Amino acid sequence: MTTQSHAVAGVAAQAEPAVPRVRRTRSILVALAYGWLFTVIAVALLADVLPLTSYATPVGFPRQGPQWGSLDLLLGTDTQGRSILARCIHGARVSLVVGAVAGLLGFVIGTTLGMLGGYLGGRFDSLVRLIADTMLAFPPLILLLALSSILTPSVRTLLVGLTLLVVPTFTRLARANTLAWSAREFVLAARNMGAGHRRILLKEILPNVLPALGAYLPIVMAALIVAEGSLSFLGLGIPPPTPSWGGMISDGKDAIADFPHLVFIPALVIFLTVFSLNQAGDHLRQRFDRTLHD
Amino acid sequence: MSAEPVLQVRNLRAHIGTARGVVRAVDDVSLDVDRAQALGVVGESGSGKSVMAKAVMGLLPPRAACSGEVLFEGRDLLSLPRKERAQIWGKQIAMVFQDPGRSLNPVVRIERQLTEGMRRLLGTSRSEARGKALELLSEVGVPDPERRLRNYPHELSGGMRQRVMIAIALACEPDLLIADEPTTALDVTIQRQILDLLRRVQRDRGMSLVLISHDLAVVAGRTDRVAVMYAGRLAEVGATRSVFDSPRHRYTHALLEATPALDHERNAPLRLIPGSLPDPTDPPPGCRFTARCAQVEDDCRDPGPSMALVGADHYAACTRPVAAGDVPLPVGGGSGGR
Repeated sequence: MTTQSHAVAGVAAQAEPAVPRVRRTRSILVALAYGWLFTVIAVALLADVLPLTSYATPVGFPRQGPQWGSLDLLLGTDTQGRSILARCIHGARVSLVVGAVAGLLGFVIGTTLGMLGGYLGGRFDSLVRLIADTMLAFPPLILLLALSSILTPSVRTLLVGLTLLVVPTFTRLARANTLAWSAREFVLAARNMGAGHRRILLKEILPNVLPALGAYLPIVMAALIVAEGSLSFLGLGIPPPTPSWGGMISDGKDAIADFPHLVFIPALVIFLTVFSLNQAGDHLRQRFDRTLHD
Repeated sequence: MSAEPVLQVRNLRAHIGTARGVVRAVDDVSLDVDRAQALGVVGESGSGKSVMAKAVMGLLPPRAACSGEVLFEGRDLLSLPRKERAQIWGKQIAMVFQDPGRSLNPVVRIERQLTEGMRRLLGTSRSEARGKALELLSEVGVPDPERRLRNYPHELSGGMRQRVMIAIALACEPDLLIADEPTTALDVTIQRQILDLLRRVQRDRGMSLVLISHDLAVVAGRTDRVAVMYAGRLAEVGATRSVFDSPRHRYTHALLEATPALDHERNAPLRLIPGSLPDPTDPPPGCRFTARCAQVEDDCRDPGPSMALVGADHYAACTRPVAAGDVPLPVGGGSGGR
């Protein structure tokens, strides 16, 4: 018995169990995604300083393919001979501004409404819920078409329309989260200690609600960039000659059979940006959402 | 020990409005908690013990209404203006909740959660509060308190979190600590540590403790007095030893007999109390236990029993109390007690 247990102990001391290595997944993809986003933001900010011809001036023959040599001609020219690279870079401004501003506005308005509704309850909550449900039930394209036919198409109109679209989703998300958190004991305790509504909402509930909503933000921004593209494609987005990615696809669609790059280059830019935003959103959520670790 | 009890609950009723009708969660309960004493409150789920604690702490939902008096050091918490009550809750009466995983704010470091009460209610300075927090964590048996202060709740184990909860409750040096099922969410070995910790702290600080549990064994060895609740009413109150050794109320007696113990005869069937709790929206007249009691007579329903002295510091609300010598089978946690 003793010898046996000694032998077993001897084996156990030598053999280290083979633990499979835990790999950090998707780190390269995430790094590429951040790299792309950083590049897009940087060139959009520096668009006026870059050594590029204006996006409205023709730089050569129309419908040239991508080529080396001149920076202007790197991605070729569009149907009017304008530099596609310059138009993509200036288009990034519109797309990013629309995505970021409409996304953030929707985030702020929706979160405020949802948190107040979920926290205060009662009639205000019913009202918030009714508005959010009504807006969600309304077909988004019809809303945008209606808006652009009533108001003149401009960046501002687009922003108003797209913000309206994303407010209800944020409202519902914030409301549901707030309901769950405000029943927690630490909130009850804070209230008992005499903390006011403002303090409870800002210091106790908001930090808990924020990770879930913040992780959703990049995904919403991505959806908004696509939405802006679709609207411009329908001719309801940014009026020409200001470029936007969707508008460029729309301009090139008639020549797609002979000159596919006119459509594929802006489409690729949209794809990469949206994909990167989604990757970044997932990464941020894993990194900062403490409730996930619980 | 001063003569005046810390907490006097007088004819407390807490009724909660639901879609099915008014739930009479606590129905005419009167109870004293003496200074430096540990009172256990036991009863099955739905007996009203938690609602009573919440009524004392002002934690009932808005759709609940209370009547009666909750006198804390002579002042009625139910009628005191909100501002004055906020000075009592957290500072003089503190509470430890059931699930420490839910009661702590997951995005706030332990340090802030622990010092917030002291800084807000006592006006302690930041560095002083930090020193105090370290002392508290050592007092409740948290190793390496320096490091723990910087942790978030999810970085601690369940038992550690509950210790932190107790430290938070003790931070403002309360006169009364209410622990509502403090160990239900913890595993068995940790349960015992936490209960012993509560008892030790209560004795060391000369504080009063109300320990609420559905588990008789939890209360048995660690309290001075015990109150048994059934369907919103108090069935029996008395010195823990006397209640467990010689229960007089038919419900307490049946409850103790239904508790399995290691020294039960092996093949003996578990004893049960037949039936279930009465409908809380429409309780029967008189004694609430009539539907399940073996000794019911007409006077149990009308006029019904009232709380009466049945022994030294031992009260029971039963028209036909169990004979004083009728000892139930022993309880797992040891009614003989430590």
